[in-house]
Amino acid sequence: MFKNLLSRLVQGLLVLLVLYTLTFFLVKALPGGPFQSERAMPKHIRAKMETYYGLNESLPVQYGRQLRNYLKGDLGLSFRLEGRPVSEVIAQAFPVSLQLGTLAMFLAVVIGIPAGCLAAAKRNSLIDTGAMAVAMTGVCLPAFVIGPILAECFGRGLHWFPALGWDAGWPSSWLLPAFTLGLAYAAYLSRLTRAGMLETLSQDFVRTARAKGVSPWNIIVRHCLRGGLIPAVAYLGPAFAGIISGSVVIEAVFQIPGLGRHFVKAIESRDAPMIFGPVLLYGILVILANLVTDVLGVWLNPRLRKSS
Amino acid sequence: MLRSLGSALLACLLLASCQRETAVERANREKILLVGNGDDPKALDPHLVTGVIEHNVIRSLLEGLVADDPQTDDAYPPGAALSWEHNAEFTEWTFHLRPDAVWSDGTPLTARDFEFAYHRILHPDLAAPYAEMLYFIKNAEAFNKGELKDFGQVGVAVPDDHTLKLTLREPVPFLPGITRHDSWFPVPRHVVLKFGKMTDRFTKWCEPGNMVGNGAFTLKEWRFNDHLEVAKNPRYWNAANVKLNGIRFIAIENFYSETRAFLAGQLHTTYQVPPDLVDKLKADAPQWLRQEPYLGTRFIRLNTTRPGLDDPRVRMALSLAIDRKALCDTVLKGFRPATTLTPAMGDYHPDAVAGFDPDRARRLLAEAGFPNGKGFPRYTMLIRSAGARTTSEALQAMWKQQLGILVDIQGKDFTSFVSAQQTLNYDMAVASWVGDYLDPSTFLLMWTDGNGNNNTGWSSPTYEALLDDGAHQADPLQRLETFRLAERLLMEEQPFIPFAWEARNYLHRPEIKGWHPLLLDNHPWGGLSLEP
Amino acid sequence: MTPEKGTSLWTDAWLRLRHNRAAIAGLVILAVIVLACVLLPFLPGVLQDPNAQNLADKNLPPGATHWFGTDQLGRDIFSRAIFGGRISILVGLITTFVSVTIGIVWGAVAGYVGGRTDALLMRIVDILYALPFLVIVILLSVTLQPWTAKLTEWTVQAIAGTDASQAAIGGVRTWVEPITTLVPLFIAIGALSWLTVSRIVRAQVQSVASMDFVEAARSLGLGHGRILFRHILPNTLGPIIVYTTLTIPSIMLFEATLSFLGLGVKPPNSSWGVLIQEGANTMFSNPWPLLFPSVLFSLTLFSLNFLGDGLRDALDPKSAK
Repeated sequence: MFKNLLSRLVQGLLVLLVLYTLTFFLVKALPGGPFQSERAMPKHIRAKMETYYGLNESLPVQYGRQLRNYLKGDLGLSFRLEGRPVSEVIAQAFPVSLQLGTLAMFLAVVIGIPAGCLAAAKRNSLIDTGAMAVAMTGVCLPAFVIGPILAECFGRGLHWFPALGWDAGWPSSWLLPAFTLGLAYAAYLSRLTRAGMLETLSQDFVRTARAKGVSPWNIIVRHCLRGGLIPAVAYLGPAFAGIISGSVVIEAVFQIPGLGRHFVKAIESRDAPMIFGPVLLYGILVILANLVTDVLGVWLNPRLRKSS
Repeated sequence: MLRSLGSALLACLLLASCQRETAVERANREKILLVGNGDDPKALDPHLVTGVIEHNVIRSLLEGLVADDPQTDDAYPPGAALSWEHNAEFTEWTFHLRPDAVWSDGTPLTARDFEFAYHRILHPDLAAPYAEMLYFIKNAEAFNKGELKDFGQVGVAVPDDHTLKLTLREPVPFLPGITRHDSWFPVPRHVVLKFGKMTDRFTKWCEPGNMVGNGAFTLKEWRFNDHLEVAKNPRYWNAANVKLNGIRFIAIENFYSETRAFLAGQLHTTYQVPPDLVDKLKADAPQWLRQEPYLGTRFIRLNTTRPGLDDPRVRMALSLAIDRKALCDTVLKGFRPATTLTPAMGDYHPDAVAGFDPDRARRLLAEAGFPNGKGFPRYTMLIRSAGARTTSEALQAMWKQQLGILVDIQGKDFTSFVSAQQTLNYDMAVASWVGDYLDPSTFLLMWTDGNGNNNTGWSSPTYEALLDDGAHQADPLQRLETFRLAERLLMEEQPFIPFAWEARNYLHRPEIKGWHPLLLDNHPWGGLSLEP
Repeated sequence: MTPEKGTSLWTDAWLRLRHNRAAIAGLVILAVIVLACVLLPFLPGVLQDPNAQNLADKNLPPGATHWFGTDQLGRDIFSRAIFGGRISILVGLITTFVSVTIGIVWGAVAGYVGGRTDALLMRIVDILYALPFLVIVILLSVTLQPWTAKLTEWTVQAIAGTDASQAAIGGVRTWVEPITTLVPLFIAIGALSWLTVSRIVRAQVQSVASMDFVEAARSLGLGHGRILFRHILPNTLGPIIVYTTLTIPSIMLFEATLSFLGLGVKPPNSSWGVLIQEGANTMFSNPWPLLFPSVLFSLTLFSLNFLGDGLRDALDPKSAK
């Protein structure tokens, strides 16, 4: 188990290095430069800016220097935000994305898993097909369709929630974006839970329990849930990382000051340090999420425990 | 049981989340103005930024020699300076500062702060992008380019703590207007030097808690991509008359979302209403919609080095084939058809050269060797964003219909768009220019040879001679007359085709008092109040 | 008693599929939409020019001349939806084809050869798998964007010939350009979506390769390539087909997301993603530009998902339905 963990960690570091290199060259290949502005910058001034940011050194030198800085924890200064440290921007933006993602995941679990269980229990009934149809809608109607519609109805129309923005002190601004983001994941979770529960429910030990007179409720919760949740849990790990980085769309729709929006702006303005920050952070998140999922999966499914 | 518990939980969550009052209601109570300011400002150091967004915020934190008047662009009320005078040729100006003025931390504000500011922005090591706004000062350009090393030779003198003397390189009758631009603002010398050298670019002096200013407000909080909040400055010289407790500048870059937010009661005033929403808002919410002229011009920049476009007859033909009125009525709501580059301002009335004359356009095109557009190269028109697409497609249709000329449209992101023009790697581009102050030179000076904002490949020694001549005229009316001739020459050459003078379409709540239509749109924040 | 007629895997699957009403409905709807989007643009006179503006006719509700109404520039929404669908479907199909092909080859080689090669190939997959998908796709598509201009010109020259007249070149360019500007998308999305396919294929190949008939083939002296491509792979097609039908919607969703963020298909080459974004902007003043493309898009995704689910149920002999 420990050896496995260690090898996964080493692999994770290798992944980060590949990610860094890939991003480095992609960013260098981006057309235009970070110093484009409406009013043309005089040449002597642009030369000074490039020296300041170390942009006129050779590529290998820049690659190495930047890597060493990252290992020291220095994420550099943003070009677009005129020298603001990237770490400061991330420190402000990442908690927002995390909050949004966590709330969305919470809603997805709270809505999706019970729905899936219900559908499995009342298989082939109206409830089942109805729930699965709703789930399908959640998957097929993208967030950037649902989001503006919800903002329009509940924000502008009914004034129940703010139409955009994320106010840390005002919970009403959290619900619409989190719900929109979580909907697709709720849909997936409900389908996966239903499939997993159906698989577990069809097993022999369930038949035994039913014959013994155990109530359906107890059958589902006490006996089947653990096995039935396996596919859902396997999905949750990467989904969590996906929700954090996938909130890019939600942040654009609802103008939420999260990491995704900074990332998109950084790409538009060729702000290299601000591109690296989120990319590497997301990479770490994905690796961690995969790791946690695998561990959880082993815990839930004893059959996987035999060797590590 | 769990099921009902779950649904009860969700219901509670929903109920608890519903808001009790809208943001505007709360802000009216707290006397905080909620302003939609477009995008997040890049920085707050007046020497390092060039955009309108940053300008709006900085104007609340710092004040120049002359203040903005709430009701008209043409008045020049005292700001940091109580009074000023000039010599007959408008080349020497003396400003008398308020003797009791202080920075927001209590330190006295003196002429030395202004001298320090000018030294800093002109210093070549700072690489200030807008240093050229100060080139009116004698020897400033040479100092900024590094040719002159001694700042003492630049035309800025401080005879005593409250007097500032400026010697200019040419007559500048409109100097008070220029000092209102944020590149001319003072910076607190003691604070800037506390956090680094004068020429250090990115120090912490502008962060909340460190920044010190002489404006009506001070910096309270800045959450990136979210909002920037300023609070009333009790040490401002006119603090007694400042009615707002604070301003929150909210960063929303999608203007459709911004409109939705305004209608949902989250903003007092917006940055811009997209043209396709104007008609509906005029019908549904006319009491909130404002359409005001703005000091900006939209034009099509042409690469005059391309075959076909190098002929002024072709360029004039393209210009005359555009029905500007139809364009403004249907696509660019509230904009006015542009007959020349510079909109009329004050005593300046340029000649109307551009217009809609399809017959003459066809004749010119035939004369140039492309009858009915035959043989004319198929060029690509660059546009910067989705917003300009409607305009460009209308232009495309007009040229096809009137002249038989086919043009393709290509959208580019901002960075590629700008770099394509700066490297002359384009055919035509839909662009715009916003004036910085109320004088035609702000529009005319950029079309000189080698100017970073020209990018047409066109230049004319005659034009530059006229500009130079006008710049040295002491008599203001003579000056404007010479500029008029220069502009006429420029327009007859048409290295770019102006088609509309800008208007600002925006949403505005009636409880804001003290806000009047201004061409430069520099509403003094200290003069506003909220009276619901 | 008549002996039961033996049926192949495929006939079996088809029979099961036929009874899945949702899947059949999905198949029919999908066929209608795809045929409409692919064929209608070629039939003269049926569709109006999707880019023709008519400012006098803007913001019309659905009516006789404009079946879906018009948008704020007076463009016919029905035509725009059909042409946009062509692009979206094209992106979905081509990218899926590319990604599935790479995945099959990669997974088959890894699963069949095994050993060190397998470990190396799968390690690469693991590394790529850990990259944040959306983020890399965005970065890739923006970086590749400027190369499309060169690619377009090169392709136009190659097709039209160097001596062709300006008008001919212009004509070729009109239909080449929308496709070449999509190439960065194909590459960006395809570059990372083949990973799961390769894992599935590898698992399948491994389980089939251990079966007796393969050993028999080997002892007969058949070459590895022949065994792999003629004997093993056909038996693994089930899950691959299922996965393919389920990948297409997620890829189309990706393209729509990128276009929505302004990073994918750029106007005037509209796709469903672009149309939805434009429609969402003017939603409260005119709902029609949003409604129809969204409905078409969702219907397509719905159908593909139902079809994929149905295929999975039909092809999996273990599922008790």
